[in-house]
Amino acid sequence: MSGTVFDIVLCALILGAALAAVSGRDPFAAVVFFVVYGVFIATAWLRLDAVNVALAEAAIGAGLTGVLLLGAVGRLARLRETAPPARAAGPRLLAALAAGGTTLLLGWVFLTLPEPAGLHAEVGANLAAAGSENAVTAVLLNFRAWDTLLESIVLLAALIGIWALSPDAAWGGRPGMTQRTRAGGVLAQFGRVLPPIGLMVGVYLVWAGTKQPGGAFQGGTVLAAVALLAMMAGRIAPPRVSAPGLRLALILGPAVFLAVGLAALAAGRFLWLPPEHAYALILGIEAALTVSIAATLALMVIGPPQEAP
Amino acid sequence: MLELATDALTVALTAAGLVFFLAGTVGLIRFPDTFSRLHALTKADNLGLGFIVLGLALQAESWHAVFKLGLIWALALVAAGTAAQLVARTALRADEGGRPTRQAEGRE
Amino acid sequence: MIGSATLYGLCGAALVGIGLYGFVSHPGLLRRVLAFNVIGSGIFLIFGAAGYRDADAGADPVPQALIITGIVVALSLTALAVALIVAHVRASGHGELPEDAGE
Repeated sequence: MSGTVFDIVLCALILGAALAAVSGRDPFAAVVFFVVYGVFIATAWLRLDAVNVALAEAAIGAGLTGVLLLGAVGRLARLRETAPPARAAGPRLLAALAAGGTTLLLGWVFLTLPEPAGLHAEVGANLAAAGSENAVTAVLLNFRAWDTLLESIVLLAALIGIWALSPDAAWGGRPGMTQRTRAGGVLAQFGRVLPPIGLMVGVYLVWAGTKQPGGAFQGGTVLAAVALLAMMAGRIAPPRVSAPGLRLALILGPAVFLAVGLAALAAGRFLWLPPEHAYALILGIEAALTVSIAATLALMVIGPPQEAP
Repeated sequence: MLELATDALTVALTAAGLVFFLAGTVGLIRFPDTFSRLHALTKADNLGLGFIVLGLALQAESWHAVFKLGLIWALALVAAGTAAQLVARTALRADEGGRPTRQAEGRE
Repeated sequence: MIGSATLYGLCGAALVGIGLYGFVSHPGLLRRVLAFNVIGSGIFLIFGAAGYRDADAGADPVPQALIITGIVVALSLTALAVALIVAHVRASGHGELPEDAGE
């Protein structure tokens, strides 16, 4: 009973934060509400017993997306963007009606879904041969490895797209701006204290991801956050986008994943993991993916190079 | 008997934590300027989180879990303190006129 | 009594509506990206809740894995969209598309 009350309150908070995020006047406030909304959604995932998703939502949906959007608000304010005119009431009403209709339709579809069949049983039956006790990691890295391989390539493609937007003169330079902070100041101290702990947490999330909730995406996001923090605190400068080491880090994950898949193809089937080596292979792929995910996510958030190299 | 006592203590500590959260939130909404709002927010929330962590630590099944709870509190303290300092500095600059600028003191 | 899965599934449906309204009604490009993310997480919530309707079996791992993939792809798209918007504003000085700028 108290669980239901909690769920109802949480749903109300989620909807309220979402409304504030999409309809508020001030863009900064809208982004802040969006971050709050992400934390509420992560809590909802905990209620749905999906700890892996909760970690991903908190780290990526609320954390990195929030940093990205806040950075964009700041950049647009510096460009003195003119305030867009508000829509007239008529079209707004029409939009509200259409949106309400979509919600009713979706709600009706959800309530009339056929009896749950689910894939628990199939996943459970094959888990022993998958090389991961965490069923979600097993699905990501073994049963549906295609998705994950293509996803890591999507990340890379998005980063290339972002870099393509850099001015010609800045190509090959450092992304974003180099931050300078007062040596011994609060931010510099913070940038000294947090990275070691963040590194440990990030690596632990990957390592533990085959047994407990966690994995390459959650761990990689934490590592990306550590790198961003170190850059914001002026501890490290963003790397040049033309640096060979950086390029290697970016393609390491997809390359290792692809190599394992092709080796499996030689033995019979693309991306098939032999049960006796599955654990080692998953750990190896995850380690390589983590490096690439962390580097890609951090660079995506900083944006395209702006200064000449 | 002992179990009842720890349960009661947990309820009392988390309730105390919630009071601090409530006070901090009311302060955040009601106080007139950035600095007093920050004061309400950081002091109250850090203490509030501290009480809740203490209350939960009594229910923890292992020292391992207690350590993790303590780590969460310590990290939240460091992060909140840093964020408050940065917000205050930005607000101070904005008060002194002109838009806030970044501290520029040479690279390392 | 309503189960958690039903409640969050309907909440997801409402989020899709809220996001859709924001996406259509707000001309500001950055706000549209934000609304798009709300639509996305609403869909994830419907999907995840549908995989949790059999609460005794626990959360279905396959939707969970697909949702994690979806969250990461959503971030990639958001990052690319933000970079495009900044480039657009830098070139044109407007935070909305030309057809939305006038009446």
